[in-house]
Amino acid sequence: MKSLCKYVAFGLLGIATLPLFTQTGRAPASAASNAEANKREQASAVHPSNGERKFAQNCGRCHTPPEGFSPHISRTIVLHMRVRASLSKQDEEDILHFLNP
Amino acid sequence: MWNRLNLSTYAHGSRLRKFILLTGALLTATHAPAQSTPLISGGAGFLTSTSGGKTSYIPTVMPLLAAPLGSHILVEGRATLLEDLYPSGGSDSGYSHLYYDALTYMQLNYLVSSHMTIIAGEYLTPFGSYNERLTPIWISNFEDAPLSFNLGIGTGSSVGGMLRGSAVSKRNFSLDYVAYYSAASSGQNFNSRNSWGGRSSIYIPQARLEFGTSFARVFASEQTENVGLHIWWEPANTSFKLRSEYTHGTHSQGYWTEADYRLARFGGSESVTGRLEPVFRWQQAFRKSPDSSDGLPSVNTSRVDFGLDYHLPQEVRINTSYTRQLSSTSNSNIWETGIVYRFLFPAWRSK
Repeated sequence: MKSLCKYVAFGLLGIATLPLFTQTGRAPASAASNAEANKREQASAVHPSNGERKFAQNCGRCHTPPEGFSPHISRTIVLHMRVRASLSKQDEEDILHFLNP
Repeated sequence: MWNRLNLSTYAHGSRLRKFILLTGALLTATHAPAQSTPLISGGAGFLTSTSGGKTSYIPTVMPLLAAPLGSHILVEGRATLLEDLYPSGGSDSGYSHLYYDALTYMQLNYLVSSHMTIIAGEYLTPFGSYNERLTPIWISNFEDAPLSFNLGIGTGSSVGGMLRGSAVSKRNFSLDYVAYYSAASSGQNFNSRNSWGGRSSIYIPQARLEFGTSFARVFASEQTENVGLHIWWEPANTSFKLRSEYTHGTHSQGYWTEADYRLARFGGSESVTGRLEPVFRWQQAFRKSPDSSDGLPSVNTSRVDFGLDYHLPQEVRINTSYTRQLSSTSNSNIWETGIVYRFLFPAWRSK
C-alpha cells in the first residue's frame, strides 16, 4: 500500500504542478505564418462570442472541437449536443452561430 | 477496456442489424434542410492491453448516427463493433478471438421546449458523468472505464423514457436535470433493469466548476439504491482538467479522480510538445457485502493509472497508459496502448 501511495503522490504532484508553468493553454506559435491565426485566437480568447463561450463551457469540457466538418451537418451536431449536454434553445442557437457563422 | 466491453456482451447481432436497418430507413426517409443533414460520427481504434506478459489486440469501431426529423425530433444511436484477439493460454501459443457487436443506445429525442426534451427508447443511463460523456473511445483518456463505473448504471443502458433539459441557463450559472424510468428487459435486443432515477448538476462558468448528484433505485431480486456525486473543474485559461466521481451503492462503493493537462503552453496546441497530454487517475472500490451483479470487484481494490496521450493531426490520437492494481487477492500491472481516429461526416452529400 505504501508503494501505491508513492505512485499516487507522484501522479498528483506531476499533474498538479503542470498548470503552474502556464496561465494560458494556447500560446502563440513561433512560426511567422501562424501570426495572424494567433492574433485571432488571442482576440477570441479575450472577447469570446456567446457561442464560443458556450461551446467551451459545454461541449469543450469533454472533447476538443472537430477539426473540420461540412456546414450541412452543423445543426445536426448542435441538436445532438443540445440533448447530450442539456442545452437550452438559446444555447443551441448561439453555438450553431459559432460553428456556422 | 473490459468494464466497458461488458456492457456490450449482452447484446447480439440482431440489435446491430436493427441499428443498420434503422439507419438505412432514416437516411432514406429524412428530408433534411440545410445544416440538418444526418451525420455519422464516432471513433475507430486499434487497442492493445498487456497484463501478465500476455497481450490482447482489440480493433474497435463505435459509429454514431444522428438524424433530425424536422426541427423538434432527433433520432440517434450508437453501436460498438470489436474483435478481441487474446492469447489462447495453456499449451497453445496461438491466439483466440471473440467478436462483439452491440447497439449501445438508440433513442428518439423530442424537443418539447427550450428547457425540456422527452426521450424514448434505449438510452445511456444518466447516472454520474462517465457513462454519458466519456465512454466514446475518441473522448476517453484511458481504455478502461473506472472500477466503479457500473455502480448506478447497471448494464449501461435503460429502456423506457427520460425527461431532461436545462432548468436555468444564465451567464453566471446553469442548472440541468434528468429524470428517467426504465422497464426491466432481459430480451436479446434490449437489456435493462427496472429502475428509476435522476441527476441534477449545477455549473458555474466563472469558476469552471460543475457539481452534480445522481440517484438510482433498482427493482431487481432485491431493491437497491445508488447515490452518486460528481465534480468537474477546468480552471480558466489553462488546459488542466480535474474530474472526480463518487458512487455509493447498497453493497459497495467507489470513487475515481482523473486529472489531465495538455501541454499546449509549450509552443501551442499544434506543436510537437503541445500535442502531449499527461493523464493521471486514482481510484478505489470498496466491497461491503457480496453482490455479483453490481460490477465492482469482489474485494477492496485500489488502482492507479498513468497515461500519456498524443494528439496527432487529422483527429488521430495515440493513448498509452500504465496501471498498477492492488487488491487482497492479487496485484497486477496493465500496459495499454491504442490509436484512435475520430470521424464526423454527413450521411450523404448535400446540395
